Amino acid sequence: MKNTKTYRLELDALDALFEKLEERYDIYAPVRVPAGGRYAQQDSVLYRQVHRYDEIEFHERSTYPMKEVLMPITQTLFYFTENEYRESKCPQKDLLLFGRVCDINAIKIQDQIYLQNGGIEDPFYKRVRNKVKFALIECKEQFEGCFCCSVGANVTDLHSLAFSCGDNRAHIELLDEAFEGYFDHAEPSDYRIQFPQENELKVKYPVIDSIDLANKLKDHPMWKEFDDRCIACGSCTVACSTCTCFETVDLVYTQNAHVGERRRTCSSCMVDGFDEMAGGQCFRKTTAEKYRYKILHKVYGHNARFHTGPMCVGCGRCSARCPELISYPATLNKLTKAIKEIKREEEMQHA
Amino acid sequence: MLNNPVKPYPHKILEILPQTETEWTFRVANDLPIQHGQFMQISLPKVGEAPFSISGFGDGYVDFTIRKVGKVTNELFNLKKGDFIFLRGCYGNGWPVEQFEGKNVVIVAGGTGVSPVKSLIHMFYENSDYAKEIYLILGFKNSRSILFADELAEWKAAKHFHAVYTLDNEEREGWNKGLVTDFLKTVPFDSFGGNYACIVVGPPVMMKFTGLGLLATGVSEDKIWMSFERKMSCAIGKCGHCRIDETYVCLDGPVFNYTVAKKLVD
Repeated sequence: MKNTKTYRLELDALDALFEKLEERYDIYAPVRVPAGGRYAQQDSVLYRQVHRYDEIEFHERSTYPMKEVLMPITQTLFYFTENEYRESKCPQKDLLLFGRVCDINAIKIQDQIYLQNGGIEDPFYKRVRNKVKFALIECKEQFEGCFCCSVGANVTDLHSLAFSCGDNRAHIELLDEAFEGYFDHAEPSDYRIQFPQENELKVKYPVIDSIDLANKLKDHPMWKEFDDRCIACGSCTVACSTCTCFETVDLVYTQNAHVGERRRTCSSCMVDGFDEMAGGQCFRKTTAEKYRYKILHKVYGHNARFHTGPMCVGCGRCSARCPELISYPATLNKLTKAIKEIKREEEMQHA
Repeated sequence: MLNNPVKPYPHKILEILPQTETEWTFRVANDLPIQHGQFMQISLPKVGEAPFSISGFGDGYVDFTIRKVGKVTNELFNLKKGDFIFLRGCYGNGWPVEQFEGKNVVIVAGGTGVSPVKSLIHMFYENSDYAKEIYLILGFKNSRSILFADELAEWKAAKHFHAVYTLDNEEREGWNKGLVTDFLKTVPFDSFGGNYACIVVGPPVMMKFTGLGLLATGVSEDKIWMSFERKMSCAIGKCGHCRIDETYVCLDGPVFNYTVAKKLVD
């Protein structure tokens, strides 16, 4: 069923709705964490479990993406003793995640890697993913660096509910029969939830149509500047809606060194050690090489494997989080220019 | 959770066979099916997990020839026969063995790179009519780093084997001195009538120059196969550590035809 019934709920009714939803769902949404930001007196907007509608911060983009609810920065996969690995338990309740259209589209990319790649499902991702329903937060305003429309991530149909959030009321579109019954006494509304149509920032997302072109770009001088500008801190990866890489690490309890946990921890191709082999050999020694590897994955590698376009939803968080003020859209423009240069050279050689 | 692909299970160490001071073969109980050239993830609770290529296998066992060089391997070297290690796998596409049937097979391997191809060489040794002639060019740094000395001697004595063994920078009786690439010209490619295949395994630089060296002798690209080494964390295409552009070494490799391998630039 994909109907488009819309309801208008005032604050009291929203509180009642959340109370009823919580019987079945743990609800996660962006919330404001006062003074929890990078600098003094600066807030963060982070994904947290919420119990009331008015806890949701919908005026601002969340500092980190929605993926961290599905794949936390650190999660325990196994508990081990000396002779057994035992899987950690999955959350009991279903999950209702509030996110913007970019956040929800990013989950499609997470799904490709964790559920589809190589025809192998990651069991720890799947067990949570199966429990998730999405509630779209309508983007009434745009934030600095948003460019979802440039990468086709401005529309989705993955969500069950869509919220047009106001301070004292919300219009809620119902698209999933699983949520029938929550709105029996709600007032119908004529409001139509809108997807973003145009962003202030427009990015011409580069297209790399062959591995030969990708390999030529690896030798292009455009990456050199990032040796000086990028500090390889990995902030962009943690902030990225679509990055999925991780490390597996064991830790031991201090009270009993024979018992512990195997954890999965978010990792980044930007940090030292990511490509290190036993014995210390690594493949990308310079920061410029690391940055080039990351960007070409977004632009070329993922699409070459899955054929679904950019590994980017234009959320703008990577640029917003970069402590060195490196703009990802500016890098994309440089890449577009480099592609043109290479193609022009090739044409001249063939002429 | 049924069929969890990243859950390790305990396997008993049946034997520890030292090869060099820092490289030992761990023979571990195993009933999982294995193809030549595949790898497994070895776990030690408390220490971690790492991928290792399989250097041999047989009824009820699997061999890993491991250099003491990292966190997991240092701990492995403290274990004794009868202890347990944890395994999961096997992973990856191994050597395309059927491609070698009835052909002359040229195998160029260096150092620990001999491990991923050792079980295949042994299969050729035991089945003299599977392929035609086997040309081995195996290199080690020096006499202290020679692996599989007993097998090397057996292979050299086999009628259908032509073995060239070399040390990079040491004189030793019965051995050549020099890099494996120096000996590519000893292989009589002209006499093969096109009926041959080449296998190359070793450190990245060695594989690169061996590939180029083979092409220079007139070998065609599609007749060369290489095995890549990367440090996967998951081995099931999720962790991203072994990705090179659209290729995941754990899923699509570790063995690649040269036509693919030549474009894999990290």
